[in-house]
Amino acid sequence: MQRRIPRLAAGLVAAAGVLALTACGSGFSGSSSPSGSASGGLTSSKSALTVLIGSSGDAETAAVKQQVAAWSKSSGTKATVQAASDLNQQLSQGFASGKPADVFYLGADTFANYAKQGSLLAYGDQLKNKDDYYPALVKSFTYDGKFTCAPKDFSTLALEINTKLWDAAGLKDSDVPTTWDQLKTVAQKLTKGKVTGLVTSNEYQRLGAFMTEAGGNLMNDTSTKATADSAANKQALTYVQSGLKDGWWKFTKDVGAGWGGEAFGKQQAAMTIEGNWITGAMKSDYPDVDYKVVPLPAGPAGKGTLQFTNCWGIAADSPNQAAAVKLVEQLTSSDDQLAFAKAFGPMPSIQSAADGWKQAYPDFSAFIDSADYAKGVPTAVGSTDVVTDLNSKLASLKTADIGAILSTAQKNLSALQG
Amino acid sequence: MTSATVRTSGRRPRGGGIRRGQTAAGLLFTAPAVILLLVFLVVPILMALWVSVSDWGGRGSPFSGAVNFVGLKNYAAITSGGGLAESDFGTSLRNNFWYVLLVVPLQTALALLLASLVNTRILRGRGFFRTAFYFPSVTSSVAITVLWFFLFNPSGAVNALLGLIGIKGPNWPADADGVLHGLLGLVGLKTAPGFLASSGFLGITWWDWLAGPSVGMLIIISLAIFTTSGTFMLLFIAALQNLSQEVEEAAMVDGASAWQRFRLVTLPQLRPTLFTVLTLGLIGTWQVFDQVYTGSKGDPGKTTLTPAYLSYQAGFINQQWGQAAAIAFILFAIIVVLTVFQRWVLRERGVSKRRMRRGGFTPGDDGRYRAADRTLTAAAIAGGVADRRGSGGNL
Repeated sequence: MQRRIPRLAAGLVAAAGVLALTACGSGFSGSSSPSGSASGGLTSSKSALTVLIGSSGDAETAAVKQQVAAWSKSSGTKATVQAASDLNQQLSQGFASGKPADVFYLGADTFANYAKQGSLLAYGDQLKNKDDYYPALVKSFTYDGKFTCAPKDFSTLALEINTKLWDAAGLKDSDVPTTWDQLKTVAQKLTKGKVTGLVTSNEYQRLGAFMTEAGGNLMNDTSTKATADSAANKQALTYVQSGLKDGWWKFTKDVGAGWGGEAFGKQQAAMTIEGNWITGAMKSDYPDVDYKVVPLPAGPAGKGTLQFTNCWGIAADSPNQAAAVKLVEQLTSSDDQLAFAKAFGPMPSIQSAADGWKQAYPDFSAFIDSADYAKGVPTAVGSTDVVTDLNSKLASLKTADIGAILSTAQKNLSALQG
Repeated sequence: MTSATVRTSGRRPRGGGIRRGQTAAGLLFTAPAVILLLVFLVVPILMALWVSVSDWGGRGSPFSGAVNFVGLKNYAAITSGGGLAESDFGTSLRNNFWYVLLVVPLQTALALLLASLVNTRILRGRGFFRTAFYFPSVTSSVAITVLWFFLFNPSGAVNALLGLIGIKGPNWPADADGVLHGLLGLVGLKTAPGFLASSGFLGITWWDWLAGPSVGMLIIISLAIFTTSGTFMLLFIAALQNLSQEVEEAAMVDGASAWQRFRLVTLPQLRPTLFTVLTLGLIGTWQVFDQVYTGSKGDPGKTTLTPAYLSYQAGFINQQWGQAAAIAFILFAIIVVLTVFQRWVLRERGVSKRRMRRGGFTPGDDGRYRAADRTLTAAAIAGGVADRRGSGGNL
């Protein structure tokens, strides 16, 4: 008996390691009494605000700190900025303990999870500048019919072209593809030796742009209805599949690259499809590669692209929601957003700042011009998992049964609303 | 200890005599450890157990009035229903099963090999090799995971080495193809036979269960073997140094070869250590998390998704706390069941007294010596000097 106990205890201790993963998020404060946001009125107090951000680097952290400090000075409310090492984990711990950060970054793909559990203040309609946000972004952050949080910034997908390889293939400016057929033609001309015409990653987050060009998407704009098995989506994936079979389109994993930007920078690809984050990577990692950015070619249903976005969440448990809303209004104002754009490049979420961004980045205006017709990725609770699952199947799209892939996605997305 | 206390209190009047106050003092001295265990182990486990049967969504306390008991709903969601949660859980178990199947035997064998090597007296610079082999174990697992994924980059060192001998290495971190599927493909079994494809368990078909670890998973498997074999080598060295030299010499006198001495004399004496190493290995491998969290995040194609990482993902990313806790408890049950099973497999098997007498041995009163005696018989038989009565059929 005595010999068994330490071993069993060892087993228990080790097993608790896994349990601790779930336990440490649960918190001990039983006293938290969530104040309902349904009452309409905002909480107001003298307490200082905490701003939790998932920063891309020092430039972003410094820029946010600077703008928040400026607001603090003019408003008289103290505010501190924290850069999270793991945003979702720190948010979860805050919500569970009843003492979350007051203002925080929130990804479009995870915001619905928090909105569902009631952790978020739905303050969108109280913003003075609410009509200035791009309507598609507002749709991405609408949960249960309520405009929940203010879009912080956004990115869209566009087509990047290596100008040197373009010229070498005898192509001119007038040959820039505006239709699927033209894309195929130029990509075939650009495919030569070790260079593939078009290299993208195999994710829905890239290929989905073609679904929107065919008039489809995985879900409707407000992510309330699954539309994965539509004929448009099938048409889009069939087009991609034919490109893979012909060899002018390859996935990044097949050329040994981690993402489109890597294949593009290493000149394994003459063209790729990425968002405006590629500009920073090209500047720092591949400064010698000359390229230009053009809007994605139009499909059978016209122009289309995907957009990715973040918002400024405000906690339902914040003791000073009124000040938090004021802070977000300031941070999403034209001046502040342009300051962020200059510091680290994001595209402003309000339409009145678009021209300012174009002036700062004239070569990349294709990104912001695409905002007019861009569609969001699904934001329904649990949709992230469905997309991950879809992506794992799209990896073998070249030989896969498109109908089966899409009907699985349809089944999984439909189950989310049940 | 317990029986002693009982006897004492039975003989003497309660609370009297020279041992008065000992119980209180004992409790007082153990209190810090007991309180720590309660607060950081027992209470969190009970809380997680409650979360796994509740609909707690992640906001505020799980014990508040708004949280309801939902029975086994969370457990049902990940083990039945045909949804994504079920197939994700099945996939993660599949991945971890192959991981355990490869890592535990390989790391144990490697650790034993390294320990035997650095334990030989003729080796020069033993101290250096011991340190070198143990070094990966004390390195930060995040740092070493990053380094490992760097080595296995498609244009990294591993593929460069393979290139030297004319092999074009795979794109390790992005290759989701199962190794066993690949091997079956070599013998012409490229698509699933109907009976394997049509039925399955936990949302994935039997054919997918047979996929084996993916090429991407091999990175994490090799990393785990590399880092943990050093730790277990240390346990084996300690055990080897505890073995009595006489038994070894006796086997030599009996004419056993080096391999026979190792297999029939040394190895059986290492049984307790072997049990420890296998148990720790089994527990550790079923909980693999940090390599996945820092390295692959479940990619490529969910083939490095493990239950521990899935639990993290379900909780912190998807805010499905009930399912996350349920996954953790199922994992806990798996580990306990496997540990009990392994204890049963590795139990001390008694040797029949008759056989012992015939062999000229008397059973020792301690398990270890008995094991040693028995193996000596075996070694002697193997050496060809024993009479053959022991192996006769009249037992």
